[in-house]
Amino acid sequence: MARIDVRKTYKLYIGGAFPRSESGHSYEVTDSKGKFVANAALASRKDVRDAVVAARKAFGPWSARTAYNRGQILYRIAEVMEDRRPQFEEAVKQSEGGSAAAARNQVDAAVDRLVWYAGWADKLAQVIGNANPVAGPFFNHTAPEPTGVVGVLAPQSSSLLGLVSVVAPVIVTGNVAVVVSSYERPLPAVTFSEVLATSDVPGGVVNVLTGDAGTLGPWLAAHMDVNAIDLCGVAGATDLATSLEVAAADNLKRVRRAPDAEPDWAAEPGLAPMTAFVEQKTVWHPIGI
Amino acid sequence: MPTTAPTDPAPGLAAYSEVTASEASLRRFLHGLPGVDQVGAEARAAGLGTRSIKTTAKAWALDLAIRMVDLTTLEGQDTPGKVRALASKALRPDPADPTCPSVAAVCVYGDLVGEVKAIVGDQVNVAAVATAFPSGRASMDVKLADTRDAVAAGADEIDMVIDRGAFLAGRYLQVFEEIVATREACVRPDGSHAHLKVIFETGELQTYDNVRRASWLAMLAGTDFIKTSTGKVQPAATLPVTLVMLEAVRDFREATGVQIGVKPAGGIRTAKDAIKYLVMVNEIAGDDWLDPDWFRFGASTLLNDLLMQRTKMTTGRYSGPDYFTLD
Repeated sequence: MARIDVRKTYKLYIGGAFPRSESGHSYEVTDSKGKFVANAALASRKDVRDAVVAARKAFGPWSARTAYNRGQILYRIAEVMEDRRPQFEEAVKQSEGGSAAAARNQVDAAVDRLVWYAGWADKLAQVIGNANPVAGPFFNHTAPEPTGVVGVLAPQSSSLLGLVSVVAPVIVTGNVAVVVSSYERPLPAVTFSEVLATSDVPGGVVNVLTGDAGTLGPWLAAHMDVNAIDLCGVAGATDLATSLEVAAADNLKRVRRAPDAEPDWAAEPGLAPMTAFVEQKTVWHPIGI
Repeated sequence: MPTTAPTDPAPGLAAYSEVTASEASLRRFLHGLPGVDQVGAEARAAGLGTRSIKTTAKAWALDLAIRMVDLTTLEGQDTPGKVRALASKALRPDPADPTCPSVAAVCVYGDLVGEVKAIVGDQVNVAAVATAFPSGRASMDVKLADTRDAVAAGADEIDMVIDRGAFLAGRYLQVFEEIVATREACVRPDGSHAHLKVIFETGELQTYDNVRRASWLAMLAGTDFIKTSTGKVQPAATLPVTLVMLEAVRDFREATGVQIGVKPAGGIRTAKDAIKYLVMVNEIAGDDWLDPDWFRFGASTLLNDLLMQRTKMTTGRYSGPDYFTLD
């Protein structure tokens, strides 16, 4: 007798827990050929609200951790991802299509990207911070500080490597993230949130909402308690991106603008993804006796 | 001030004079009250908490909740400056929006009443905690002196604590007489009296039956308000406890014609919680109680959440704690 499929309905990841959408809605996720794979929760504006509250609560303790400790935790995410390779490869292959080898390369690159950012955790300040020469008996230091709660509209096509490439640079510097995953390819993001839940990342540091960036984006962009937003997920949709930038201007959010098309995620990202979400703090310190 | 509050024992109360005449009759009466079905009360409270209040009803509820807040600070570290800031916030909770109503009262320790009064004048009431708050562990003379002090300093409302030790030991008449004596201490030289709220500290009363008994005891002693908690003991106010107290004031008005107010205090932090309480007030006690004269929230952080929700209703975008004062 044929075994009956276990059809799954995945949930959101908010504050370290996996709740259903507050709206109760879910949507069908299909593979690259249009065949049904699973149901995913369809996040609503109230899930955005809850996620921002959870993120705000997590920001203080997360940004207060030592950079070294944050690096360790990012490395731990990479370790746990490595353990779940087959699941990630399957999810990437299902959602993005292509060969098994291509999917394997994507997962390799995603794990490597996490390790790369983990290394930057306690090195970024040395590179972009400074001891400024001043004409007086003072030390004058400039050091990067995390911006706060960052809304991230994750890329629509690169469902795993793209996701990791926009989330890791946000949290490595001490920010917390509310992530809206790819709408049509949310399953790698769901698996990624399961990894986050089991790899020492405190609840609320990354919150993953599966849903439509066009619906959720305006709520994130206008939210007065969100300090910055990455618009990568609306790449190409110029009008939407512009309206989100306008909404974001209300409380002077830092905005990482939407590119015209998704970049080549395999290329080395450079420092820009990290520096977009830090603020430079300059302090004057009198030289001691 | 409400006009139906009793200035002397109302006709309905007279029927109970025999009940309160002796320790034995008082105990017989209180223990004769019907028991509270714990599971039923909790299920009913949880059920009422699921009502969905939206749009115009929500806007109305938020404004009503703001008008019901007793903005409270009861900490050893309260300074005159901090209390003055809180008093200014009570007058104008949202300085950016002139349509935002004032809160009902500011609740402080007795020695800070003057500081608050200097800011709020007659526009917002000043409530003072008295009678050796929060434990109620002092001699009767000290408790009464504490009360008179606060009244003399200009307090409009006195929040007293009952002696939970005496109550739990079954010395009901002692608790009764303390409330009566404190109420007398609330009388001002001109004959008017400061409103008296009796705090039960329901977190220490162990059972809902005790909450019901304490409610009746305080109401028979002539209090104007019954209040759940000091905010110093966990659990503080909960929905089921408030439900039992709302049933008590409803039944008391049916029996005597005297209306008593209810004030849950402590642990109510979100606008959503506050609206759940308002739904319960309407369903259990009735809409006569949906008024700051008859229902209050003892809270401090609640106000900011109410203001954030209010801002969300008017601007259409979510607000954040950065835009409201810390207190």
